[in-house]
Amino acid sequence: MTDLSEQPSDTDSAGMSTAPKDVDGPVGLGVVGWLRWAWRTLTSMRTALVLLFLLALASVPGSLLPQRGTDPIKVTQYLADDPTKGRIFDKLGLFDVFAAPWFAAIYLLLFVSLVGCVIPRAVTHWRVLRSRPPRAPRNLGRLPEHRVVDAPGDPAAVLEAARSHLRSRLWRVDVTSYDGSTGSLAAEKGYARETGNLLFHVALIGILAGVALGALTGFKGTVIVREGSSFADTRAQFDAFAPGRFHSDDALPPFSFTLDRFTAGYQRGGQQNGAAREFAADVTLVRSPGDAPERTTVEVNDPLEIDGVKVFLVGHGYAPTFTVKNAKGEVVFQDSVVFLPQDGYFTSTGVVKVPDTVPQLGLQGVFLPSAVVDDQGARSVFPAADDPAVFLTAWTGDLGLDSGRPQSVYTLETSAMKQVGVKGLRPGQSWALPDGTTVSLDGYVQWASFSVARDPGKELALVAGIVAMSGLALSLLVRRRRVWVRVSALDAGVTVVEVAGLARSEHATVADEVDALAAALGTVRTDRTTGSPPAPGAEATAAPRGAP
Amino acid sequence: MTVNETLAIYSNYLVYGAMAAFTVSMIAFAASFASLRATDVLPADTTEDGAAEGGGSVAVATKVATGGPVDGDTLPPGRRAGNIGMSTMWLGTILLGLGVLLRGLSVSRAPWGNMCEFAMTSAFVVAAVFLGLSVKRDLRWLGVFVSTSVLLVLGLAMTVFYTEAAQLVPALKSYWLFIHVSAAMICGAAFCIGATFTVLYLIADRAERRRDEGRTYWLDGFARRLPASSRLDTMAYRTNAFLFPLWTFAIIAGAVWAENAWGRYWGWDPKETWAFITWVAYAAYLHARATAGWKGRRSAYIALVAFGCFVFNFVGINILVSGLHSYGGV
Ligand code: HEM
Repeated sequence: MTDLSEQPSDTDSAGMSTAPKDVDGPVGLGVVGWLRWAWRTLTSMRTALVLLFLLALASVPGSLLPQRGTDPIKVTQYLADDPTKGRIFDKLGLFDVFAAPWFAAIYLLLFVSLVGCVIPRAVTHWRVLRSRPPRAPRNLGRLPEHRVVDAPGDPAAVLEAARSHLRSRLWRVDVTSYDGSTGSLAAEKGYARETGNLLFHVALIGILAGVALGALTGFKGTVIVREGSSFADTRAQFDAFAPGRFHSDDALPPFSFTLDRFTAGYQRGGQQNGAAREFAADVTLVRSPGDAPERTTVEVNDPLEIDGVKVFLVGHGYAPTFTVKNAKGEVVFQDSVVFLPQDGYFTSTGVVKVPDTVPQLGLQGVFLPSAVVDDQGARSVFPAADDPAVFLTAWTGDLGLDSGRPQSVYTLETSAMKQVGVKGLRPGQSWALPDGTTVSLDGYVQWASFSVARDPGKELALVAGIVAMSGLALSLLVRRRRVWVRVSALDAGVTVVEVAGLARSEHATVADEVDALAAALGTVRTDRTTGSPPAPGAEATAAPRGAP
Repeated sequence: MTVNETLAIYSNYLVYGAMAAFTVSMIAFAASFASLRATDVLPADTTEDGAAEGGGSVAVATKVATGGPVDGDTLPPGRRAGNIGMSTMWLGTILLGLGVLLRGLSVSRAPWGNMCEFAMTSAFVVAAVFLGLSVKRDLRWLGVFVSTSVLLVLGLAMTVFYTEAAQLVPALKSYWLFIHVSAAMICGAAFCIGATFTVLYLIADRAERRRDEGRTYWLDGFARRLPASSRLDTMAYRTNAFLFPLWTFAIIAGAVWAENAWGRYWGWDPKETWAFITWVAYAAYLHARATAGWKGRRSAYIALVAFGCFVFNFVGINILVSGLHSYGGV
């Protein structure tokens, strides 16, 4: 068995690769020595490997535990369900792994290591690129590939033939001309391997820079818009807004749009009954104040783009329309209220707050787009509004809106309220509460949620990503190899040619190229042996034993 | 757009037919593999001078070992079974290819919109890649492992992952589905083959070490029927290394798509997180091979961990964790 570690490593003195050597302990004495040792350790391949491991490992909790960035509601729920563990996890940053300091520590160390590793390698590679391929070793017979052929013609001509053969195949060639007894040639190919490798590592820094640029100067906001309502691109109108540290509100282009209609299509019947098939938001867009309104459609995978800001359709739901009249018959509330979907069949929950009555009225509601009431209770059996109904719980008392504490529009603060009744309503139906207030369900509209985002770093990240990928392809697919040719005169008009090759990257072979060059130069000699092992021997041992 | 139920049903029949063919193929390959007697086995390969040199001669070497005109009556043991395995493999792959095609036609889109279709098409890619590679070289010894994996994946596709032919959720309606998912599928297929090589390498390597130490090893008989460990190692490396840029491409394409669909190119959704973990793990594997003290078995273990991450991302994340990418259809 061949121990891989015995193969000439890429870190050897031949300088084919510029990979850093691994260090075993402090070199030199004193502070400087220790610092140098620390730096060499940080930039060693082994450290890079360990850090890569840690990076992968550190990402795992980010996918298994709910994350603030993607699912804040689930995080709250986790904290409520399991406060002890939840609080410990929270302290450790496990609910926001990708923003946690220890996660940043790992990738920042990795990138410091990367820079410390790449700069010296790039310098070395630059020198190698400008230098000549190393001279032929004294004993070519010891190289893995070695052929000896007899060539007609004088040594200088053979050497020239070898040179042009290699040059036309894009080898870099360095010729030591024939000096009366011997002449040789050294050639090398596949420098792009190391170039690609360096390009890849540098491009990783580019990706990080692109991500950072986007996070610092971009913004992302979400907004829910009901059919018939409008949105204007100002900070106050967003339901949630996450600006980068250097974002300025001037970067918000002054567009506005009205959601005219939202269409959702679902699969009916079959195993995937109820699965979404089509979403489209028809909007009337005003690109900037004073422009002519234009009608357009926003779809998933088809965002609007306005001055570097993109508007994406990300969600939808129902907003039942209620009218509330007080005992005197005056309308005290009339609006469509956004309910949030809870499951695939759009069982949606929401809250109606009516502050303009005495006592104040609050309604907790469940909206069922396709309601079925049976012994399992009331539930929705399809996401489309085939047979909508709303189930309400009414509370009277103090809504707590004046307490100064911020309140969610989706929850009812019932501590100062009294429950006064429960009722199911279909569109057109009304419900008279004990105090004479009437609540009617007029119908519903749909709402769509949009994500509005600007990410000035994404182009940089993409370009760097493509460079990284191309660098990788070069680095992993290009083979680095060397060939040497040595000529010496035998008899008049006959030159002995030795051709030898060395493949220097893991999956490379140079045998074919050595064969081709040898065949182009002369014929295999039969009269004399030269002490080199015959090539077929290698093939015999190379056979996979017992292939069926 | 509606679903053509008839085509979908024919597609299923073709896939079942393919499974039958792969079953025969698996049995034939297993018989071929097993019927190699220890006497057919060359002594342990000790003269080799390095993977760098040895790697390239795999193709040549296998031809030397098995090629050449062989008289019908003096076929080496296992040869006939191997041929049966090979031809049924072709049959199964063609049937499966047609099945995948009909599935796509029945819904007028690329047939990889859910786990069932993804698994089905990946199985086809594995089989096709194997057949493509074996046109030029003799890979019969590998056949039993390929047909077993293909059968396993198809079995899962038609049972646990099974999903009726249907239209896509809106998020998947994009030409990026074609680009991103086909790249991911090819990577999945090749990583699977790479992991097979890696496992076989570990077995062959252990067997060779034990043999050198004069100790017994329960898988020795099995290992003697495999190519030398250095070759398996090179094959594993090549498969993984060639595919790593494509995997990088699959992730970049996914990011571009995510930017277009959700307004951010990277959001640490569970699927994205595990794609990242898989990528980092394969990067660690490639790194390890250039790190002193990490070559050989240790980097092989990393490769297996990386493949485990890939599989977990496909199966575990689709089934266990909910996220934006939950299109499993299961
Ligand atoms: C963000 C972290 C890093 C990632 C994702 C990464 C990834 C990779 C990958 C995938 C390869 C194999 C492909 C190729 O040969 O081009 C590679 C090779 C290499 N990396 Fe890194 N790397 C990272 C950091 C580093 C650091 C910090 C160092 C220096 C200590 C380093 C040094 C090298 C060297 C020398 C090679 C070439 C190995 C060979 O000659 O085959 N890398 N890296």
